Amino acid sequence: MNKGNLIAMSLMTAVLILAGCGQKREAVIMAGSTAFQPFAEKLADQFMVQNPGINVTVQGGGSAVGIQSALAGTAQIGMADLVQLPEEAKDLTATEVARDGIAIVINPGNRIEGLTIKQVREIFNGVIANWKQVGGDDRPITVVSREAGSGTRTSFEQIVGDISLIKEALIQDSNGTIRETVANDANAVGYLSHGLINEKIKPVRLDGVECTTEQIISGKFKLVRPVFLLTQGQPQGAVKQVIDYMLSAEGQETIKSSGLIPVK
Amino acid sequence: MKFLGEKGVRRVLAGIAFSAISALLLIALFIIKEGLPFIISYGPLKFLFSSDWQPQAGRFGIWPMIVASVWVTLGAMLLGAPLGVACAVFLTEFVPRRVMGVIKPTIELLAGIPSVVYGFMGVMVLAPLIRSQLGGPGLSVLAGAIILGVMILPTIISISIDSIQSVPNSYREGSLALGATHWQTTYMVTVPAAKSGIIAAIILGMGRAIGETMAVIMVAGNAVKIPISALDSVRTLTANIALEMGYATGQHRQALFATGVVLLVIIMILNSLAGMAIRKKAGKR
Repeated sequence: MNKGNLIAMSLMTAVLILAGCGQKREAVIMAGSTAFQPFAEKLADQFMVQNPGINVTVQGGGSAVGIQSALAGTAQIGMADLVQLPEEAKDLTATEVARDGIAIVINPGNRIEGLTIKQVREIFNGVIANWKQVGGDDRPITVVSREAGSGTRTSFEQIVGDISLIKEALIQDSNGTIRETVANDANAVGYLSHGLINEKIKPVRLDGVECTTEQIISGKFKLVRPVFLLTQGQPQGAVKQVIDYMLSAEGQETIKSSGLIPVK
Repeated sequence: MKFLGEKGVRRVLAGIAFSAISALLLIALFIIKEGLPFIISYGPLKFLFSSDWQPQAGRFGIWPMIVASVWVTLGAMLLGAPLGVACAVFLTEFVPRRVMGVIKPTIELLAGIPSVVYGFMGVMVLAPLIRSQLGGPGLSVLAGAIILGVMILPTIISISIDSIQSVPNSYREGSLALGATHWQTTYMVTVPAAKSGIIAAIILGMGRAIGETMAVIMVAGNAVKIPISALDSVRTLTANIALEMGYATGQHRQALFATGVVLLVIIMILNSLAGMAIRKKAGKR
């Protein structure tokens, strides 16, 4: 068998396989924000029950990965939760599907109930280093943050403003590990997506406003960022179906019941 | 395979062997190609010895990561090397062969446990223990060193065992015949004779400790800071690459590749030291 034949045959096989996909199960890949990932997975599961012909895969990686993979085409939908989308994302079509509050969380063993934005800024800058200084017990503060480039961190720093994170800060690489670290360390303070709060950690009031869905919708809670779905050009076909489902009454209801803020 | 003939088979095998080596070579070349221009344009001294790592602000100094890698690795060696060598000596000299046949594979099984499992144990058990008993954030140099110390045990033990076993029996017999006890023979004759192999084992274990990523990310806390005590949180070179690669673009990405170059150089130095130790032993006989 010569080389030409071989190439022709593998091409034909590839075409057949791809064609098979098109007829049976269309594949949509979503990638990006780890904060939105669990919700996207839930929504994708519900969507696939109703549309067995479309296979939706949800991957994490972070907002920057979401933007990169949407640009490169490795994912049809990029997920990014940033207050401002960066320059390179301006060629992508952004659809806002939800909003997400960023909660400042502490260990349940800590008796602090609320902080002001200024106190949060000073804690993360290292100016305030002991819980005593904000009305708590005499214990050092362990600051827990996300890695540089994370969507949650970028949004947090943009909204709170003027943050140059102290060098002692522990760095964790996802919302989930932030939650575990804060849950395990009585002196820790961190921030994570409002939808991921559970009984192991305690959200604090920010400028006297509790971090609840109602307060976020009313606009009183300040730490809020949008969740964007990014596509190349206007969404079409299966991709459009997925996005439309997330924007539908049912999709938005799921978003709301899982702790995110619906846009509609 | 008859139609290939003797020479044909040899060529096919050589081709396969070289493709494995060339993969390694390509990886090394790629990392160097991506990283070296950055080191040169940013300034090698500034890159290596500045302790300011703020990718968003365009400041890339990896000194805290180098210090962190060194401390965590040294800590791991302090724990892993004596334990590993002692274990190897015990298994080869003081335990019947049959028992050893059971214990050695068990130790080698340790090497098969995924590093994320070690990391998970570190986060769930070790870090809270350090936090409550010794203070600090718990995710620290100490936690990283202990986890790595356990992780490198299989490497150190199995290579040490091989080198102790390769000491000719006539050495032991000679020593015993001169009236030395079993223990005197072990520490005055057998272990010194296997010294270069044991050193190679320790160096290879060290290479493994420096290169380990997942477990360290989970237990070391990843703060970009030069540690003052063993309870401080640190970020190693490997953790730095793995944590930020997902987000990095442009210069930041190059800086991470450059971090990879530094790691590559460290590992190459360690491996050639190990190689030298082994060759020294081969030369002696």
